[in-house]
Amino acid sequence: MTTVTSSDEAVLRPPALPHRWTRARVAGYFLVGLWLAFFIGLAIYLYGAWNIGLIETYGPKYWSGLKTTLTLVAISFLLGMIISIPVAIAGLSKNRFARRLSGGYVYFFRGTPLLAQVFLIYYGLGSFRPQLQDLGLWGFFRDAWSCAILAFTLNTAAYQAVILRGAIKSVSTGQWEAASALGLSKRVTFWKIILPQALIVALRPYGNELILLLKGSAIVAIITIYDLMGETRRAYAQTFDFQTYLWAAVIYFVIVELIRNLWDWIERRLTRHLIR
Amino acid sequence: MHIMKRFALAASAAIVVLTMGAIAMDTAQAADKLKLTIASEGAYPPFNTLSPDGKLEGFDIDIAKALCDQMKADCTFVTQDWDGAIPALQAGKFDAFIAVMSITPEREKQIDFTNKYMSTPPAVVAPKDTDIKGVTKEDLAGKTIGVQGATTFSNFSEKTYPDSSIKSYPTAEEYQLDLANGRLDAAVDDRVVIDNWLKTADGACCKIVGMPKADPAIFGPGMGIAIKKGRPELVKKFNDAIAAIRANGTYKKINDKYFDFDVYGD
Repeated sequence: MTTVTSSDEAVLRPPALPHRWTRARVAGYFLVGLWLAFFIGLAIYLYGAWNIGLIETYGPKYWSGLKTTLTLVAISFLLGMIISIPVAIAGLSKNRFARRLSGGYVYFFRGTPLLAQVFLIYYGLGSFRPQLQDLGLWGFFRDAWSCAILAFTLNTAAYQAVILRGAIKSVSTGQWEAASALGLSKRVTFWKIILPQALIVALRPYGNELILLLKGSAIVAIITIYDLMGETRRAYAQTFDFQTYLWAAVIYFVIVELIRNLWDWIERRLTRHLIR
Repeated sequence: MHIMKRFALAASAAIVVLTMGAIAMDTAQAADKLKLTIASEGAYPPFNTLSPDGKLEGFDIDIAKALCDQMKADCTFVTQDWDGAIPALQAGKFDAFIAVMSITPEREKQIDFTNKYMSTPPAVVAPKDTDIKGVTKEDLAGKTIGVQGATTFSNFSEKTYPDSSIKSYPTAEEYQLDLANGRLDAAVDDRVVIDNWLKTADGACCKIVGMPKADPAIFGPGMGIAIKKGRPELVKKFNDAIAAIRANGTYKKINDKYFDFDVYGD
């Protein structure tokens, strides 16, 4: 016992690496300089362009736009999460028909732009008004808000299904076998053993998807919803002041940063048992 | 200490980058030949629209071509989204923007305008079976009105019809779709653009219910060609050319190709 502690002092450290001006280091400083220049420029511009009248007029509008954006993203992300579970399970199923159905859905929504999907659901289905009225669905499709929720939900559900499917597959089959050896039913195994482990793997991709959806939501203004971007465009159209767009960028940036930090926190919390 | 040194290095790199950017911008702004790039929206028939093979055409484009001939300029045409037209012009992406842009005080703070090359009034359009009787604030209270965003018509509608719900669309084509399929009770736009649309099969749904009084504080003296600030010689060339084609009959020839009245106004 004493021998172990006493040898601690005598350990020889490797010599410090020489501090050379390698090409990579120069390039690194240059790039950091570039970013610094960008942020300093942005800060100087926003300071110089500070206009309290503008903030007083458009601040509340930005706030309402921000609430619209956040509500839209939150609702469609959660609805998408619910829809993605059966889609992912169908994608993993032994039944070929279920697999094809799930694959086709994912194929379509991942393969086309969100902009096109929003446009098709709002304007495209809108031109089938008589048929939709016969089916009693016009009340739903008349409203831009419900069309937006539908398009965003279907889109994010496709991405989330892929994330979930990959995560479930990443849990080793040994877990299934062990649970089966313990006499647990498939259902209990899935919900209590496989899914919790899969969700840890899926957490980061979910965060990415949420961030992408948030930024993707900026296109919703084309179907007349005044989200943060819609309010920004309106403010710009009335003032022609470029800082309206800069403020929108700053707000989106801050939200993304908040989500990122929230995700870091969730991950730390969920993986406590894995830290050695 | 070490961190301070790194920070100082990064900061000096920042200064180098900023200086290089400034030099690059200076050289880009030099040289001024009479080679012009003219942009238009291409979604506002009959003034500007895209032909089936994707070329710009319409009244605006014909006028611009006549002006180029008059100025002996070599012009190329590009399409530009309405929303981004003013920033793109300021960034020098093209020399002039011609797309029925009203000469308003807010816009004049950002860009310069030539004299007006046309001037047309606003109109309110609604489905044929509408119960809208007139175009006052009361007539349109509680109605949903469609407009193209970032236009004088959207500013006008928000100011004139505070009791209505104003929906703004990226181009005229989208509010026309929504008017046809019944999401909108009415729309406000240029009289000539609406007339042109009503003549098409899609426009068969609707009719003009009236012409609101054009508020000069919003609409300005008419529509001009937008040019980046600080190019008075180019503005003058355009103004001279507009006066010349008005005088020599070229304007009338183009006008008569599209309209049965003089869109120049009085």
